[in-house]
Amino acid sequence: MLPGPRTLFQKIWDDHVVARVNGDAVLLYIDRHLVNEVTSPQAFEGLRTAGRKVRAPGATLAVADHNVSTDDRSNGITFGDPESRAQVEALERNVRAFGLPYVPLADRQQGIVHIIGPELGLTLPGGTIVCGDSHTSTHGAFGALAFGIGTSEVEHVLATQTLVQRPARAMLIRVDNELGQGVTAKDLVLHIIGTIGTGGATGHVIEFAGDAVSALDMAGRMTLCNMSIEAGARAGMIAPDQKVFDWLKTAPLAPKGGELDAALAYWQTLRSDEGALFDKVLIVDASDVSPMVTWGTSPEAVITADGIIPDPSALSDPSKRTEVAHMLNYMGLQGGDRISGTPIDVAFIGSCTNGRIEDLRAAASVIGDRRVAPGVRAMVVPGSGLVKAQAESEGLDRIFMDAGFEWREAGCSMCLGMNADRLLPGQRCASTSNRNFEGRQGPGGRTHLMSPAMVAAAALAGCIVDPRVARQ
Amino acid sequence: MKSFTRLHGIAAALPTANIDTDKILAGRFLKTVTREGLGRVLFSSLREQPGFVLDQAPWNEARFLIALDNFGCGSSREHAPWALLDFGIQCIIAPSFADIFYTNCLKNGILPLKLSLLQVEHLMSLAEDPRTASMSVDLRDQILSYHGGETSFDIGAQEKNDLLNGVDEVARTLTFAASIRSHEMIRDAQRPWLAGTLRAPWETKWYNVTREDAGESR
Ligand code: SF4
Repeated sequence: MLPGPRTLFQKIWDDHVVARVNGDAVLLYIDRHLVNEVTSPQAFEGLRTAGRKVRAPGATLAVADHNVSTDDRSNGITFGDPESRAQVEALERNVRAFGLPYVPLADRQQGIVHIIGPELGLTLPGGTIVCGDSHTSTHGAFGALAFGIGTSEVEHVLATQTLVQRPARAMLIRVDNELGQGVTAKDLVLHIIGTIGTGGATGHVIEFAGDAVSALDMAGRMTLCNMSIEAGARAGMIAPDQKVFDWLKTAPLAPKGGELDAALAYWQTLRSDEGALFDKVLIVDASDVSPMVTWGTSPEAVITADGIIPDPSALSDPSKRTEVAHMLNYMGLQGGDRISGTPIDVAFIGSCTNGRIEDLRAAASVIGDRRVAPGVRAMVVPGSGLVKAQAESEGLDRIFMDAGFEWREAGCSMCLGMNADRLLPGQRCASTSNRNFEGRQGPGGRTHLMSPAMVAAAALAGCIVDPRVARQ
Repeated sequence: MKSFTRLHGIAAALPTANIDTDKILAGRFLKTVTREGLGRVLFSSLREQPGFVLDQAPWNEARFLIALDNFGCGSSREHAPWALLDFGIQCIIAPSFADIFYTNCLKNGILPLKLSLLQVEHLMSLAEDPRTASMSVDLRDQILSYHGGETSFDIGAQEKNDLLNGVDEVARTLTFAASIRSHEMIRDAQRPWLAGTLRAPWETKWYNVTREDAGESR
């Protein structure tokens, strides 16, 4: 029987099925396993208790990112508290005991796991990649099937290099036309989440396609795939094209020479066939997308930068009314007000969503000769040591520091309240990260998600601004 | 994986949609290297508020938790189900669950039970009254019984089987070792660039965290 037209997801899936387990559950082979310090200690403990080994150490890479301090490391590293240090030490013990490749904190390649995987060339089209972290979806920008897993599954992959999986449904999000001037991948993904909601893609693997997606650079594509989890998707992916191939030609661990030629021939086949069926389709007109900012405590609570904060009393659905009122109360905002002009305390540029060199360039480009507004703490945290070095070679560090931004070491930093970089209760933050949940950046902290250029603009103005107005 | 067969106990209602894993277990409590003890900090931000349901009798003994759509969205942290389990919750009822959270529940012997919104709302109203807040579930028969009624529910054959038997999933997968090996051989022949060839240790120096933290330099 000839196979019918298949989606990109289906092709990668088919190439990785090891065996059928039961019903539609299969054993799926995992090509790359990224390990961090937060979700792995109990998994290693499980291996130890059962007397098991790691099946494929060469397919595994460990790095500490969530807990690490982003203070200057030239005189050694410090941690905010002993528990953070204990978790990193546990990782270091475990990688030694199990013989796993590890990027030490002193290494210039250290950084957020989802930034360094692509940088090193570990992330390859057509491969399967997992990590005990939901934003593993980032790697889908290279045409890989990449998804986050829990700690039990981390243990399962360490021991067997496979996962028991049931097939996901396929969703196509096609973005036609062009994004407007100053509208970024971050705005696009916030627009999509605002449209379909945080559960809009649950159970699905999203394939992003269309002219506006092809036009994005790799950084933008990673931003888009990174936040597909925020729409509930199991994974997000984009069919690989020349931009992906060019990236991999220089990535240190990507195939070289004759192997690269063979790989390229295979990678070219990685696209959804004409007529392949998707379970769900969303078509977005890129020219409808504006700069976006969140006003609430869920990524779907988003409006345009020139928009009005929703007024709960105008909502007819009582449960929606309570939910919106609760969010506004937490956020300290008034329904019916304009979001622009809302004063901020902190500006955070970084994270696996927007901590790449392109993001730092975009943020630096709005600075000009201005300075961070008085009373605002503004910080730039490169996503990796290599991003930091690149930015310094371009002089971006000087631009940021001269304007009053802190220039910090690589790590997850203020994306989540696990390390020393945290909001204080009640502080309001313009942030390039991906989650605005209550307390995400520190207990009582208030997060507004937006693009790097918008965060930089907010830092300078001291309040949330519409970048299109701010530029004039 | 722990086994789950049947459960009887108090149900607590949390009538909110999109309860995220940061809310279930805040990031600052992820620093543990064990699975135990997280029940104390379950829903920490909600518990700061006086009168939070899980702090009131009889719901402080709850075994069931009932919530609205998309329960467990956000992070992949398995610490969220560990915290629920440590508190005593072994069955969560909602119209829908986030994917990773759903899987994480199954791995820990927690039954994630999907019912229609209408049914969930009815159960919530029962759970709010201590006199009607007891429920029981029998996984083998796929029946949930509550005050004044019962309902059947759906669950995948694989999930049901694994929960009932509490299988050691890794041990089961290792029985497929020959298939895994042959997959790797085919991969080496057809897509050799996917073979993992990283070597430990990493080429550059290690960072001795303990020593550095004591203020010594590298
Ligand atoms: S930057 Fe934020 S979202 Fe990304 S891995 Fe780190 S904590 Fe998670």
